Amino acid sequence: MAEVVLSGISKRFGEDVALDDVSMTVPDGSFVVLLGPTGAGKTTTLRMVSGLDVPDRGTISIDGRDMTGLTPAQRDVAMVFQQYSLYPHLTVRENLEFPLKSPVLRTPQDLIDRKVGEVAEILQISHKLGNKATELSGGEMQRVSIGRALVRNPLVYLMDEPLSSLDAKLRADLRVELKNIQSHSGATLLYVTHDQIEAMTMATHVGVLDHGRLVQFGTPRQIYEDPVSIYAASRLGLPRINVLPADLFGHAPDRAAYIGLRPEHISQGEGQESQVTRVEHLGDQTRLHLKFQNHDLITVTDAHTPLVSGDVVRIQPKKPLFFDADGARLG
Amino acid sequence: MSFSVTDPSRGTKWFAGVMVVAYAIITILPLVWIIATGFKSPADAIAYPPKVVFEPSLEGYVNLFTTRTRVTEDDFAALPPPATWYEKVVRDQGMVIAGPSRYGERFLNSVIIGFGSTVLCMILGTAAAYAFSRFRVPLKDDLLFFILSTRMMPPIAVAIPIFLMFRQIGLNDTHLGMILLYTAVNLSLSVWLLKGFIDEIPVEYEEAALIDGYTRFQAFYKVVLPQAATGIASTAIFCLIFAWNEYAFAVLLTSGTAQTAPPFIPTIIGVGGKDWPAVAAGATIFLVPVMVFTILLRKHLLRGITFGAVRK
Repeated sequence: MAEVVLSGISKRFGEDVALDDVSMTVPDGSFVVLLGPTGAGKTTTLRMVSGLDVPDRGTISIDGRDMTGLTPAQRDVAMVFQQYSLYPHLTVRENLEFPLKSPVLRTPQDLIDRKVGEVAEILQISHKLGNKATELSGGEMQRVSIGRALVRNPLVYLMDEPLSSLDAKLRADLRVELKNIQSHSGATLLYVTHDQIEAMTMATHVGVLDHGRLVQFGTPRQIYEDPVSIYAASRLGLPRINVLPADLFGHAPDRAAYIGLRPEHISQGEGQESQVTRVEHLGDQTRLHLKFQNHDLITVTDAHTPLVSGDVVRIQPKKPLFFDADGARLG
Repeated sequence: MSFSVTDPSRGTKWFAGVMVVAYAIITILPLVWIIATGFKSPADAIAYPPKVVFEPSLEGYVNLFTTRTRVTEDDFAALPPPATWYEKVVRDQGMVIAGPSRYGERFLNSVIIGFGSTVLCMILGTAAAYAFSRFRVPLKDDLLFFILSTRMMPPIAVAIPIFLMFRQIGLNDTHLGMILLYTAVNLSLSVWLLKGFIDEIPVEYEEAALIDGYTRFQAFYKVVLPQAATGIASTAIFCLIFAWNEYAFAVLLTSGTAQTAPPFIPTIIGVGGKDWPAVAAGATIFLVPVMVFTILLRKHLLRGITFGAVRK
């Protein structure tokens, strides 16, 4: 329930630049997903906001208050770690109670019991409350770890790949549940993931990080439709955007080196000939792998397409994105 | 964590079993000997071949805790009959009780000094080990090496300077002096052992606690300490055993008020002939606290390290 403002955050670990002049405003009540490959600075960004690490330069403010010099406890943030970090000497219940019993909150016991009960219900771990934290499966540990954040009502939730070790069904359930919790409570949530489905379905805003720099910040739709670079464009969309030489289909703008085509931005039936190399039926849609002038590309087509490998399809670009030689988007 | 080995053959199991039993006998035999000797009469204690079956006697224990004196035969005959069982034991030797011995207070000194230095050593050692494990300490490696280097010679090698220093600052023959000395000797061991144990505890636990609203000290107290309990317990046993059994410094630096049991026990032998049962009784009682302490902490020694709640 607070706005988080990062301004000019830089951080080095020895020679490695973890964050390079990152500025970002996380609006009050938003669900911000940080995307990027390992080492892009996503986790470091969370640790800066949490106060576990201190930036070399730049300031962070939460709810209008400058956080410089404040301990994690003073910042009123909750965090879900990628390594679940459950307290191994405590039971599941004690783990969930731990933040509520902190000297900062000192919650009365009846409220603790209610909160823990509610959260355990949502996360489907009610039957495990009496277990030792070490006696759980990986997925259960992950849920307890999420629960330990959800029992609180902090200014900001920070989550570092909280769903990464869950099976597909539970992940889908919790994705909806987390989004529900966030939109009902109006909590501000900063969320790190590799999973673009999580990003697309949950995020109100996405921040794309590349080697410690924030390259784009916007709604998932903006990043998808209007990426600033090939790198940002590649973060979202499955199958990935097809990146091909700019003049492959003729008529490229000046300075364009690459053309980027989302799979759905290749229209079939007219244009130039290409050869089908593989057909993948996914049920609701079909992916076509095409060979076009010695370049591989992937597009989607009708679920009940009669096309088979070896057929010839005519294709032409629709809404193409053009990028210069460095990968930056053109006009 | 699981591992498998090929199931050992019958022969191997037999061999292992025999070795374990043999080793157990070798280590337990002296203990059994000492305990048995404490309950023998002086004659049985020096009998050759040694008596395995003997008539138990509490003479050794009575002699350990009393000083005795001889009186003239007339006076002895004129005495009223012994009022207590231990007076009777002494009378049977043809003597009367002159008063209590000093074993009790020496034993108490050992308890105060042994446990005092162990507690101090654990407090300082855990704090130092935590700092070395978690914080960026300037010259960390050099400091750790320097701490270890205090163990590179036998501690007794510095006995004379320590004796002179203690005399100068009035720590000679004081409980505080001995506690500080044993703490100083044990601290290097405890810092190194405990640092190893604390290094094993993932730092994420503390980070989680910091975010959950606890200060660093509270996180240390509520999260790190419970998990370091195993290491602290085993380190404490090592420290206690050293401080408890230490002889050389105790002989040199204590004589009266702060004398511990180890230098006192040999002196028992000089009182009226070679009183081996009394010496053995003194040694037996001396064994008890360390055994109790070790048995109480055994759970921690055997429990091992907690695995699993952090994904590696």
